[in-house]
Amino acid sequence: MSASTSQPAADASEGMSYLDTLPRRIITVYVPLALIMIVLLFPFYWMAITAIKPKEHLLDLETHNPLFTLSPTFEHIRALLFETEYPHWLWNTMYVSVAATILSLVASVLAAYAIVRIRYTGANLVGGLIFLAYLVPPSILFIPLSTVVYQYGLFDTQFALILTYPTILIPFSTWLLMGYFKTIPYELEECALIDGASRFEILTKIVLPLAIPGLISAGIFCLTLCWNEFIYALTFINSQDKKTVPVAIVTAFTDGDQYRWGSLMAGALVGSLPLVVLYAFFVEHYVSAMTGAVKE
Amino acid sequence: MAQSAAAPGGTMQPGLKERLATNRNWLGFWYMVPAMAFLVLFLAYPLGLGVWLSFTDARIGRPGVFIGIENYEWVLGDRKFQDAVFNTLFYTFVASVAKFAIGLYLAILLNKHIPFKAIVRAVILIPFIVPTVLSAIAFWWIFDPQFSIISWGLKKAGLITGNVDFLGDAWNARWSVIFANTWRGVPFIAITLLAGLQTVSPSLYEAATLDGASPWQMFRHITYPLLTPIIAVVMTFSVLFTFTDFQLIKVLTNGGPAGATELMATMSYNTAILGGKIGEGAAISTAMIPFLLGAIMISWFGLQRRAWQQGEN
Repeated sequence: MSASTSQPAADASEGMSYLDTLPRRIITVYVPLALIMIVLLFPFYWMAITAIKPKEHLLDLETHNPLFTLSPTFEHIRALLFETEYPHWLWNTMYVSVAATILSLVASVLAAYAIVRIRYTGANLVGGLIFLAYLVPPSILFIPLSTVVYQYGLFDTQFALILTYPTILIPFSTWLLMGYFKTIPYELEECALIDGASRFEILTKIVLPLAIPGLISAGIFCLTLCWNEFIYALTFINSQDKKTVPVAIVTAFTDGDQYRWGSLMAGALVGSLPLVVLYAFFVEHYVSAMTGAVKE
Repeated sequence: MAQSAAAPGGTMQPGLKERLATNRNWLGFWYMVPAMAFLVLFLAYPLGLGVWLSFTDARIGRPGVFIGIENYEWVLGDRKFQDAVFNTLFYTFVASVAKFAIGLYLAILLNKHIPFKAIVRAVILIPFIVPTVLSAIAFWWIFDPQFSIISWGLKKAGLITGNVDFLGDAWNARWSVIFANTWRGVPFIAITLLAGLQTVSPSLYEAATLDGASPWQMFRHITYPLLTPIIAVVMTFSVLFTFTDFQLIKVLTNGGPAGATELMATMSYNTAILGGKIGEGAAISTAMIPFLLGAIMISWFGLQRRAWQQGEN
């Protein structure tokens, strides 16, 4: 939705900018923009270049220019993938993220539909409470949650993460889907109701197919949030073989080894790539997820 | 927005409405069960339990007994806690102001007519997409005391002679973590504010230009007032999540050197999970709640006032 509104505004604003001369635009727009982009992207460049540098170049800033390398090596990435448990951690992260995302989407679709369309008594209040739940940060929940997870017998299992992540995801995706469901014409549902469809049939056969962009936005955003999650994964998981990438990489590679930077950077790079690739395919969905949840 | 959703329901034919009203609440209830189960079991209950635990002497593996406000007395008298509160407030304030200023500036730049706009916008969001812990590791390496690329660059430029100890000196460490947090937060703020900017009608600027308004006047009297609601929401999120930040500090400094970057969140983790003192840790994290409520209240009432000034919208 943000994409559709952006085009006319951008075209129209061109009408004003003819007043600026080119040198003036270079100073006021391109130079600051380029500087900000360099600062934003440099850590990734540095991460990537460190990951493919030979070991002996890592700690020698004098004989080789550190900003690029003429002898790239895949040694760090190879060691990461074949000599450590990294692929397993990557799998754990994916498994937990996908499971938590699916659970959250199912729960959010039902809740959003009920709040927006079934409109039971108190639906507005519940909508407001769900928004408030969005504002509860994990940092104030993890201590009591760790005792709860222990009580429920989930401690040090992946279910601890799969069942707690939805508390972060459901408020966000319910709120986002409520916005999408509202844009679907109610007349479609009325017709189906008159034809004798049940509410559940309406949801699955009429509303969901029309809300697919919203579902994709919510889904990939949930995946990103899960992948990013750190404090619950750090607190609830003890065994090395059940950890997710962010936690495992911090606990496994941070021994005193002088040359650990190569494997650390390779780990960070490989751990980020799936999300960046996903992002590259769904940029517009990401942007609408981010802005959609804030706009309402 | 609630009212607009209610309107279509009101246009239904009476017969249909009657039929639905009989079981509408039950139907709604069943649809809400999965979401509510998660939120009650893993959010509302722990939130209440956290407040309760802060009044007990619970340890790891042992449920506590009620001890009144003893934990709070201990925590409030603790020099380390006072430092953590100062650090958290300082970190939140400076990083939020920086994120807002740079984010708004970047949004305004992106809203101008520039080539490859879609690609530029996509690239700018990358720091937000990459998991914080993984980019924090990159910053850890960038801030290395011996092999920092920043020190190397500054030395080559002849600005300094020795390496900068980014994370080993109290104030250097504070500024370094604030920089990393700002770096991570700017894209989110810039892109959401950009979405707000794109809804501002260009004809307002054209009219202002004809009236001889300067760029600053246009910003102050057109852009800023129209953007206030979205600024309030975005900055509430930004302040909340900066205030409760954990990952970045845990990876970059782990609260060091000598507690200079210890935030309330990292302190509660160290006390409760590493130190085993669940009660005291819960007291520290519960102590964050008043600050968070304060931040939400400020933005909420700010938003209300603006909405009233602008009429209905």
